[in-house]
Amino acid sequence: MPAYTVNGTDYEHDEEGYILDVNNWNEDLAKVIAQEEGLNMTEEHWLVVNFLREYYNEYQIAPAVRVLVKAVKKKFGEEKGSNKYLYELFPYGPAKQACKVAGLPKPTGCV
Amino acid sequence: MAEFEFETEGVKKTFTFMNRKAPYGTIYALEVLETVLISAAFEQHANIIFVDDGVYQIKAGQDTTAINMKNFSPTYGIIEMEKEDADEDDDIDMVWRIIVEKESLDARGLTEDDFKVSVEVLSAAEIADIVDASDCVISG
Amino acid sequence: MLHTVNKSPFERNSLDTCLRLAKKGSAILLIEDGVIAAVKGTVQSAKIEGAVGNHAVYVLGPDLKARAFSEDQVISGVKVVDYAGFVDLAEEHGTHNAWL
Repeated sequence: MPAYTVNGTDYEHDEEGYILDVNNWNEDLAKVIAQEEGLNMTEEHWLVVNFLREYYNEYQIAPAVRVLVKAVKKKFGEEKGSNKYLYELFPYGPAKQACKVAGLPKPTGCV
Repeated sequence: MAEFEFETEGVKKTFTFMNRKAPYGTIYALEVLETVLISAAFEQHANIIFVDDGVYQIKAGQDTTAINMKNFSPTYGIIEMEKEDADEDDDIDMVWRIIVEKESLDARGLTEDDFKVSVEVLSAAEIADIVDASDCVISG
Repeated sequence: MLHTVNKSPFERNSLDTCLRLAKKGSAILLIEDGVIAAVKGTVQSAKIEGAVGNHAVYVLGPDLKARAFSEDQVISGVKVVDYAGFVDLAEEHGTHNAWL
């Protein structure tokens, strides 16, 4: 099984880069995953990632994009509360790419 | 080959989700739950009804660690949150109701305090009217 | 509203719940193992005997036949339909509620 190595620890992931155990996640690991994805993590990236983790911890699934957009709008204002803005942060999509950085399983449904 | 085009923009229907099975023993409960979440993505009206053993789906305190299955009961919290969102936000044209049948509760010695989400407890006769007035019934 | 029940009343409570939650005047079609509820002379027969006053009750002929029931064994007031009749009922009632 392929793995990310962070601070001497291996974190197994699937062939697409999603870590296998959501509970193993930490910020240093997220930085490494982001780097692999070619992302430069800004405050806004972290907000999305942390929101995804909090939501997943509470509801055990990733949120619908609509819900994520609303949360970003609340935090960063009207002009950033759009699907387009989320794609600027995560060009491969808030569902697929942001979930990967957040250590969540790959979204299966329509999120 | 005929081509079909469906105009879905602005289409609003009332869906009834009839949950009648306990969780974990069969896949019904989880499948219906996923369908409910999809209807939220399309901002449809929804009656989410728990009847018969379906009432056990939203019972508080589920712990599936020892049966090695995912506990999906926290996900019902989304239904409650979507409902509150729709109730508060005038921009969201979505009426959601979370309903439990009183007869099913009484038969199982449960009360609404046993649930992890807040529900309306209605009689079979009241539910019959709600179901009859909906555009689509999805049951499991 | 067209309600369908496909489970035997001896095995599941689907028919009971259907009868409790189907609005008066709505149609009920018994299919698959559900046809057992339409048969006279069982301990379950009273359920459909009571329902025919409040609902239009139908039973699917091919499912009766497959289970060796003749039309004379069907509770009076219940109409036997074939597959074309099933389609007509679905078309006529629009919304369908399947009691699984």
